[in-house]
Amino acid sequence: MIFSVHVEVRLREGIADPQGSTIERALPSLGFDGVREVRVGKSIRFSIEAADEATARAEAEDMCRRFLTNPVIEDAVVELEAAAGAAS
Amino acid sequence: MSRRVGVVLFPGSNCEQDMLEAVALVGGEPEVLWHGDATTSGVDAVVVPGGFAHGDYLRPGAIARFSPVMGAVAEFAAAGGPVIGICNGFQVLTEAGLLPGALQKNKGLKFLCTTVALRVESTDSSLTSQAEAGAVLRIPVNHFEGNYTCDDDTLARLRADDRIVLRYVENPNGSVDDIAGICNEGRNVVGLMPHPERASSDLLGSSDGLPLLRSLVA
Repeated sequence: MIFSVHVEVRLREGIADPQGSTIERALPSLGFDGVREVRVGKSIRFSIEAADEATARAEAEDMCRRFLTNPVIEDAVVELEAAAGAAS
Repeated sequence: MSRRVGVVLFPGSNCEQDMLEAVALVGGEPEVLWHGDATTSGVDAVVVPGGFAHGDYLRPGAIARFSPVMGAVAEFAAAGGPVIGICNGFQVLTEAGLLPGALQKNKGLKFLCTTVALRVESTDSSLTSQAEAGAVLRIPVNHFEGNYTCDDDTLARLRADDRIVLRYVENPNGSVDDIAGICNEGRNVVGLMPHPERASSDLLGSSDGLPLLRSLVA
């Protein structure tokens, strides 16, 4: 089966996010008041062939741990679904 | 016999020529170690220089870690060989797991290109053995991701074991505990953001990098 995977790489809680703070400080100048906790991350999409969803998820999480994130400062959320039109 | 110092060249490195010159200046025998060759060629010390190895794609150092030479560098380090990572080289060594922690974007999101004052905190490392404890060195920095960070346990260990070898006198980038450079447990692997190779001649603004460079060939 083919699965579409979306990995959201985020800075871990408690890690300062200078990009997020800069965006947050800029928003009021456009009249967007009251915005807080802006965090900037990365979005990585790919498709993967695997026997079932659990296997695909395990592969994607292993990639995150060993390559796609730096676990010292980042963590990841993995979203996964069977690719549209894929034979089951 | 002079010490052979290998300078790793990745696609995207840009400080290797300065480093080769600096090694020769302090009496070492410099040579290039191509990232695609899985060997350290029998050198006596390895420098991972600054630049943008593999374009810094994904994260600085994230791809460089997989270059064939890095396996050989890790073995060389495990055998006690001196390995120095400067700037992007420091990022590469943290990504490769040869040094703890990580380098994140500078506080204030500024790319820093300036000369800073560093204090030598420990002379017990492969990069600081010829420096004087407490000496203040003026050395250039040139980075966007130089804000050293690590978890509290790691920081406590670095402090307890005297592994913070260089500190900024005035913290330019938000690094935890003013850290400019650290070493591993064996004290043979050192990473730092500032560029000693760019402080090797008074003509270029400072020669304060010389004691560090001399440590490499001592």
